[in-house]
Parts: sequence; structure tokens; C-alpha cells
Amino acid sequence: MIGLISYLIFFLILALSFGIAVLGLNLQWGYTGLFNAGVAGFIAIGGYTMAILTGPSRDAVLGGFEMPFVVGLIGAMIASGIGAYIVGLATLRLKGEYLAVATFGIAVSIQLVCLNWEYLTGGTLGLIGIPNPSKDLATGPLAQNAVYLGIVIVIGGIAFWALERIVKSPWGRMLKAIREDEGAAASLGKSPVRVRLESFILGCMLMGLAGALLTAFIGYISPSDFLPIVTFQIWTMLIVGGSANNRGALLGAVLVWGVWTSSGFVISKFIPAEIQAQGGALQAVLIGLILVVTLLMRPRGLIGEEKHVSRHASL
Amino acid sequence: MFLQHVADGLLSGAVIGLGAIGLSFTMKILRFANFSHSELLTWGAYFGLIFFTIAASLGNVFDAPIGPLSFGWGMFVALIFSAVATSALALLLHKLVFEKLNRVAGHMTMVFASFGVALLLRHMVLLIFGPNPIYYSNELQFAVLLPGNVRVLPDQVFLLGLTIVVVFGLHLFMTRSRTGIAMRGVSENPDLSRVAGVNVSSIINWVWIIGASLASVAGVLYGLTVQLRPELGFALILPLFAAAILGGAGSLYGAVIGGLIVGLSENLSVMIIPTTYKPAVPFLLILAILYFRPEGLFGERK
Repeated sequence: MIGLISYLIFFLILALSFGIAVLGLNLQWGYTGLFNAGVAGFIAIGGYTMAILTGPSRDAVLGGFEMPFVVGLIGAMIASGIGAYIVGLATLRLKGEYLAVATFGIAVSIQLVCLNWEYLTGGTLGLIGIPNPSKDLATGPLAQNAVYLGIVIVIGGIAFWALERIVKSPWGRMLKAIREDEGAAASLGKSPVRVRLESFILGCMLMGLAGALLTAFIGYISPSDFLPIVTFQIWTMLIVGGSANNRGALLGAVLVWGVWTSSGFVISKFIPAEIQAQGGALQAVLIGLILVVTLLMRPRGLIGEEKHVSRHASL
Repeated sequence: MFLQHVADGLLSGAVIGLGAIGLSFTMKILRFANFSHSELLTWGAYFGLIFFTIAASLGNVFDAPIGPLSFGWGMFVALIFSAVATSALALLLHKLVFEKLNRVAGHMTMVFASFGVALLLRHMVLLIFGPNPIYYSNELQFAVLLPGNVRVLPDQVFLLGLTIVVVFGLHLFMTRSRTGIAMRGVSENPDLSRVAGVNVSSIINWVWIIGASLASVAGVLYGLTVQLRPELGFALILPLFAAAILGGAGSLYGAVIGGLIVGLSENLSVMIIPTTYKPAVPFLLILAILYFRPEGLFGERK
């Protein structure tokens, strides 16, 4: 029983951290119609910022600042926000699929930097010894993980609440107006390029936040944590849950991460060790199937978009 | 060294160009960026391996190397059958996924469906053939020394020759055959073509067949001159998009020249930046072309 509970806590920490990244993608794709194919890259920026700001000093690698967890979180959001600003200036004039190609390229480039800029990222070996704040707040692995889950729930809750407020605000309605008909929005004096940039930066900051939470929990970061498969997973979570619905984004995160980990468990149990690499491929095939089947059978996702109108409007 | 980089750039550029033709046609005629196109190169290469192995077992004619090349006549059998098999795969994907989505959803939905399809296809190769690199043949080849101290392998000369033949053949098809002319019509204006009596859905099938066949040839040639591995196509996604966007969507020669530009810039870049950052070069080309000339070098200005 204890084993099950401790596993459930572990599972929820990861699922909800990913959920925060899905919320960020939902703001970009669900509400603004921006196709960000570089999610993994922005999660990586957040993760590495957390690792550098809070980690211990290391030989020949930048670090040793040993700053508090909260500074790491804020720093991660700022760093991924700055990254998004630079990327956005260069790419947000692009429409639809060109934006997809460009952001895909961003993620590939960020991955290359993670692999090769050893002074900053520790190269392929990655960075270890990143402090987990729950170690100071509780004793024993179970209590520590429970505390960390509490931290993730509070931060995720704040993000969810803020996003719900944002999308129901005039700014949120403007996002949807631009998504639906950019020309009409522009003709009413709105600036689509500027609003898209704002939405993109805010979404990427949430991805960075998710990366920081994951990194501090695991205590270790390396380039192989941010392969393009992470981008696919986040996208599948959003599509399955239902885009343009923040509840759907979180539901999708828990469901898809559940399928991912349980299939991984089944594979590790029943597939011989010498072909485990292929077992991992089976997991990826499953995620690809879920994405395609959802698009074909239920394009709105499990819970799709709700109609929002201004609370001042009379219907 | 400069000339050697140019030679290597032209060789990898030829493969990228062949692969990009199909991507460019799908972007123009089917109107979506197909991220799974590069996986057709991977499948083409592995289909080639299956047919090459079968052909080589049939007789010495197919197995024994031709002159200085590393492979026998079985490679030609493999190229043709692989093109057929890859086309069948592409048509299957079209029927099962893209055709249906095109009716019910927007084209951005097709773009991320193609993400899912790419993931499926790539990991199925990993599942079936395993993660280790494979080679078509273990024959030793002696490099030919060209003027300027440039070394090329006989297989690489074959690669360039076959690329020229294939592109010329496609040029004839697009300009002389009724299907090719109809295809150009559909890419300009599908509605008008339909009114003029063109069967648009059969033309779309042809787009998949041509794109997949060229992808399979490119995949086999890549496998022949580099190696076969499940990430073969995945590593080419950005180079292929860079070539298609550089050339301008829908342009046959644009895609080929775009491919050569990408191949040359990748290989020449190592003279100024560390080799490890080479994979970012196509991305920088994409940003530059979208910024300065979004319709591509040979595309039409809207």
C-alpha cells in the first residue's frame, strides 16, 4: 500500500510538472494558434537555468551560485522568456507550418548547445547534484516526495488559475480573435504580431518553469532528457486532453503520462533485457498511435474548447 | 581541403535534393508541411536492404560487384522494388490518415498528424531492424583521386550519375506526360483543373507516388554512401525542409538546387564553425530565406 502511494506521488510530480508545460503550449496553440514544435528546447532552457543557479560548484563548468529554489524557478522563467523573445522576434511573422519548421529547428539548435557548450551545460555528461528543496523540509523519501508534490500542486495551481483569468480577460479574447481571423483583429486596431509574441513568451516561460521543477526533483540534467520525443509527448497530452481548455491540458498530461509509464512498466516486465531498446520504441509507437487516432476520432480531445464571452455581455 | 568539402557537399546535396522534391510537391499541391516525409527516406533505405538481400541471394549476377562499385546488379532491383514499396506505404498513409483529416480538419491538424506518423514510422524501423547501423555491402572500395587532391568513391560517382538521370526523367515526365502536365495544373489551381476535367484525387495519388519513389532512391543512396540507421530520415528533416523552402514550394529544380546549397553550406561550414554545430546550418538557412525571400529562390511572388 505504501509502495503504491509513494509511486502515485512520484507519478503525479512528473505528470503535473509536464502539465505546466502543456498549459504553456495550450496558451500558444489552443488560444493563439501558434504551432510551437520546439517545446523540448524551452523546457531544456528552464532546466539548465535551474541547474546552474542552484547547483554546487563544479570543475571547469559555470556554477557554484547555490541560490535558493525560488530564485531558480524565477530565473528559469526569465531565461526561457528571453529565449522565447529572441526566437519570437525572428519567427513569429511566419505563418502556420513555417513557424512549425522554424521552432523545430530551434529545439534542434538548443539540443546542440546542450551537447556541446560544456562550460555552460557540462556537455553529454550533464550536471549532477542539483538540490531538491524538499530534502530540507521533510525526512524520509516518502515525506519528501509528498512535500515536493505539494510544491508542484501549488505552483501548477497558480499557473492554472492565472491562465483561466488571462484567457477570460480582454487580452484572452484578443488571442482568440487573432487565432480565428487575424485580418479582422488587425482591422480593429489590434497588433497581431505583438500579441502573438506576448502569448509565445508567456507560454515558453511556463515550459521553462516545468523544466525547472523537473530538474530540481530529479537532481540531474543531461541533453538526453530533452530529445524531440518530449515535444511529441507534450503535444499528445494537449491533443488528447483537448486544446483551448486548461482543464483538458492537465487531464491530458496525467492520462498520457499514465499510458507512457504503465506501458514502460509492462515492457520492462515482459520484454527480455537484450531488446529493451526496441521496447522503448514500442512506447513511442504507442504515443504516435494515440496522437493520430485522437486526431481522427475525436479531434476536439476529451474536453474541448468552452465558449467564453465577456461577463459584461448580455446573451 | 576546400575542394574536398565542395565534393562532399555536392554528394550530400544530391541526396537532400532528391528527398526534397517530394516534400516540395506536397507543400505546394497538398498544402501542408509533411514532417513524416523524411521517414519515407528511412523506409526506402530499409526496403532497399530487404530487396537487395533477396536479389543477392538469387544469383551471382546480382551479387558480384560491378566494376569498381561496391554492389552488383541487385542494387538496381532493390532501387526499383523499394520505390514501389515506399510508394505503397505513402499511399496507405494518405488513405488512412491524411485524406480523411484533409476533409474534416484544417491543414495545421495535418501537420501534427504528420508528427505522429513520423514518430510511428521511425520507431517501427527501430523495432524491426534494431538500433545498430547496417551497411548494404562490406566490399572495400578504392577512392578515385581527382584533380585538386579530391577523393571520391566509385559509389559516390554512381550517386551523382543516378541523381542526374532521375531528375532529368522527372523533368520529362512533368513537361511531356499528360499526368505531369495535369499535376502542374493542380498545383496552380485545383478548382480550375477539376473544371477542365482533371481527376484531382488521382493526381494527388501521383504526388505521393513520385514523392515516395524519389525519397526511397534518396534513402538507398544515403544508405549506400553513409550507412543505414533508424534516425537516417530524422536527421534529414531540417536539411529537407531547408532545401524545399530555399527552392520554393512546388519547384522541381528549385528543390534540387536548394538541396545542393544545403549540402554545400553544411560541408563548407566546418571550415568556420565547430563540426558539432553543423546540424544547425540548415536551420539558419531556413531563417535567412524566410526572412529575406519567403517565396524561395525559384518560387513565384504572390
